[in-house]
Amino acid sequence: MANRKIFGVTALFNDPNAIIAAARKVADAGFTKWDVNSPYPIHGIDKAMKMKPSKLGIITLIFGLSGAVLALILMWWTMSVDYPMLIGGKPYFSLPAFVPVTFEVTVIFATLSTVVSMFAFFFGLPSNSHVLHDTAYMKKVSRDHYGIIIESRDPKFSEQTVLELLKNLKPISTEVIYYPEKESYPIFEPRFLIFLFGVAVVVSLGTYLTLNKLMYIVPFDWMDKQAKVIPQTSSEFFADGRGMRLPVEGTVAKGFIPYPFEGQTNPSEVLSNPYFPTKENLQLGQRKFLTYCSPCHGNYGDGDSRLAGQFPNPPTLHSERARNFQDGMIYHIITVGQNVMPSYASQVTREERWAIVNYIRALQRAKNATDADLKLVKAE
Amino acid sequence: MSKDYSVEAPVVAGRLSLAEIEELVAKPLDTKPDKKFFIALTISGTALLIGAICLAYTFYYGIGMWGNNQPVGWGFGIVNFVFWVGIGHAGTLISAILFLLRQKWRTGIARFAEAMTIFAVMCAGIFPIIHTGRPWLAGYLTPYPNQHGLWVNFTSPLVWDVFAVSVYFTVSLVFWYTGLIPDFATLRDRTTSKIKKTIYSIFSLGWRHSSRHWLHYEKAYVILAGFATPLVLSVHTIVSFDFAVSIMPGWHTTIFPPYFVAGAIFSGFAMVVTVLVFVRKIFDLQNIITIDHLEKMNKVILATGMMVGYAYSMEFFIAWYSGVQFEQFVFLNRMFGPYAWAYWTMVSCNVIFPQFFWFKKIRRSIPAMIVIVLFVNVGMWFERFVIVVTSLHRDFLPSSWGMFTPTLYDAGILLGSFGLFFTLVILFTKALPVISIAEVKAVADGAQPTHHRGEHHG
Repeated sequence: MANRKIFGVTALFNDPNAIIAAARKVADAGFTKWDVNSPYPIHGIDKAMKMKPSKLGIITLIFGLSGAVLALILMWWTMSVDYPMLIGGKPYFSLPAFVPVTFEVTVIFATLSTVVSMFAFFFGLPSNSHVLHDTAYMKKVSRDHYGIIIESRDPKFSEQTVLELLKNLKPISTEVIYYPEKESYPIFEPRFLIFLFGVAVVVSLGTYLTLNKLMYIVPFDWMDKQAKVIPQTSSEFFADGRGMRLPVEGTVAKGFIPYPFEGQTNPSEVLSNPYFPTKENLQLGQRKFLTYCSPCHGNYGDGDSRLAGQFPNPPTLHSERARNFQDGMIYHIITVGQNVMPSYASQVTREERWAIVNYIRALQRAKNATDADLKLVKAE
Repeated sequence: MSKDYSVEAPVVAGRLSLAEIEELVAKPLDTKPDKKFFIALTISGTALLIGAICLAYTFYYGIGMWGNNQPVGWGFGIVNFVFWVGIGHAGTLISAILFLLRQKWRTGIARFAEAMTIFAVMCAGIFPIIHTGRPWLAGYLTPYPNQHGLWVNFTSPLVWDVFAVSVYFTVSLVFWYTGLIPDFATLRDRTTSKIKKTIYSIFSLGWRHSSRHWLHYEKAYVILAGFATPLVLSVHTIVSFDFAVSIMPGWHTTIFPPYFVAGAIFSGFAMVVTVLVFVRKIFDLQNIITIDHLEKMNKVILATGMMVGYAYSMEFFIAWYSGVQFEQFVFLNRMFGPYAWAYWTMVSCNVIFPQFFWFKKIRRSIPAMIVIVLFVNVGMWFERFVIVVTSLHRDFLPSSWGMFTPTLYDAGILLGSFGLFFTLVILFTKALPVISIAEVKAVADGAQPTHHRGEHHG
């Protein structure tokens, strides 16, 4: 016993009048680190103990006001700055409509801050390791007794004088309370921490594997199953069981209007070139000609195929006959093909075909240039 | 009859000592539940299960399982929501307003009433969420920065409602828990079971019954009560705004906020009496929840019942006085239209039956008060039914008139909400002290120093 450090000395009473009188005497004796414990608040104990009134209200005021201000700022910012909405012709910042929410936010800020700061900062709770817990003294004051404790950290504390003072107050009993011999926290022992870590690893791995690998159900299947139609699959939603829908009969894809002159030899009377040989148009035509036409017709339309006899070479585009073709005739040949040449309708669009026609015209004029043409070139 | 009104009647009857009070309150926690407890739990659990099944059907097949349709888009969902929020109001009134009014008799019933508040608000909270039809999207009700760049509409009463109900629930819970902390400490110090002791230690936060703590604690209690009082008035005011801010005839009236608040207290007190009558009998708490308590609550029921009756008649007067044809039609339609039976159920249950409480014998007779408060519970549910359904089913255009027929699923979910409420109440009676031990001790005879007698203590 002698080696153990004293926490404090207690005295128990069972009459509310006696505790008030005792508290008054202890306060008069000049102690500061002492307390009265009672199962419920006793009237007048604050005056007897010479305690100052609680300053908790200041916290309530500060947090309540900041709640109100924050709520108003939030509503002002969202409703009139970030996403202004005109509702019922009211102004963006319509204060009367903001009163209810401001009030509610004020209340929640004020009450929560009061309770949390009281327990956490004023009392230092939660704290279940206080020396007084589990003492006979605590069990008594928790039920129907009133107790005084003078703690050893009080500057005026000395075991003898305090015991004497308390005994003079005629309590039903006094007791000296010691610190526990050794404080141990099994929670912080390495073995427990390793066990905790092990549990965490096993639980998370187990959960992961069970949900994501074994069960593989929504929502743990990485969105594998979705309520949508995947192309080329069937669907029970439609009567014919097809997932993909057929277009309405007679539908024409954009840019694929059917060619009306198929099988005709020379529709050039009704087919006229809608494009002028502008620089852009000729460049487009050159690109397409080099891509699709030049393998057989040659880069300049001379009929000098690059295909080294795998296909029969076509005749030159600079013959008299070809030069006398109308634009529509060349367009027609590209579209439906001629002799060995197949149709190029699926490779080049209508606009590109006309551009190729223009480019061929340019090639023909270049290969058979007149003096006037040469003069023009020289002039440039 | 001669009675000395200068002497206050003792709050705790039978001159119980502090230890006896504690034993009495802690007894249900120390003993194993008996057969009656399990029978009651089975009944309420069955009701809860029926509600859960109906709710599961609703989630699976959609809100079309309910009777809601055009023109009555607000059916049982909103009726039940307003009903349960109203029930909750009695708890806060007893714990906060009567505390501020220095009514010592509240101590015996405050804890129970507060618990009922929390359970009732939990029941209420379910309905707006399931009523949206897609309850998993309820998070959109809170203003949070999101990738849609959208905010909630802060000028809408429905958003006010979200704030009011959630704040009300949180504050009620904090208030309740703050009151429970000293009791947890007392239970911690008296229990012999190690498991219980651990649980009580955690929840008591290590409370030491220190007078230096009690000083701030009492201050905090006053502050909480001070905030809970305007809060409880604001909640049902805002609930009434859901109706009053619209332009529906029958809803668009300025009397709604006070009318709703009075109705809420009325129905809440009726529910508290309904439950307490049984609890005090089952747990032998007649000395702490005395017949005087019940009589005082019956007086409150009588007073608020007449306020509600006044509101009913004033609505009629204003309908006539305003000269608005549609408003007049709605009220005549309520009285004599297809839903007249609901209207007359409401009037007789809420206005006529409570008048029996004028007689002291009936106020103090347990069987009589059970009958009357049950009528009040039914009547107040029908009040919300009348407000929601009769206003909506015949509005401006006769071509869009219609009728509302609830389905079995509507009824099942309503039953389920009662199941949830009573399951929670029954579990509460066995899990926590149903009466605030510290508060009742403080008002027992001889608990306070003599020179401070008569001063209020909380």
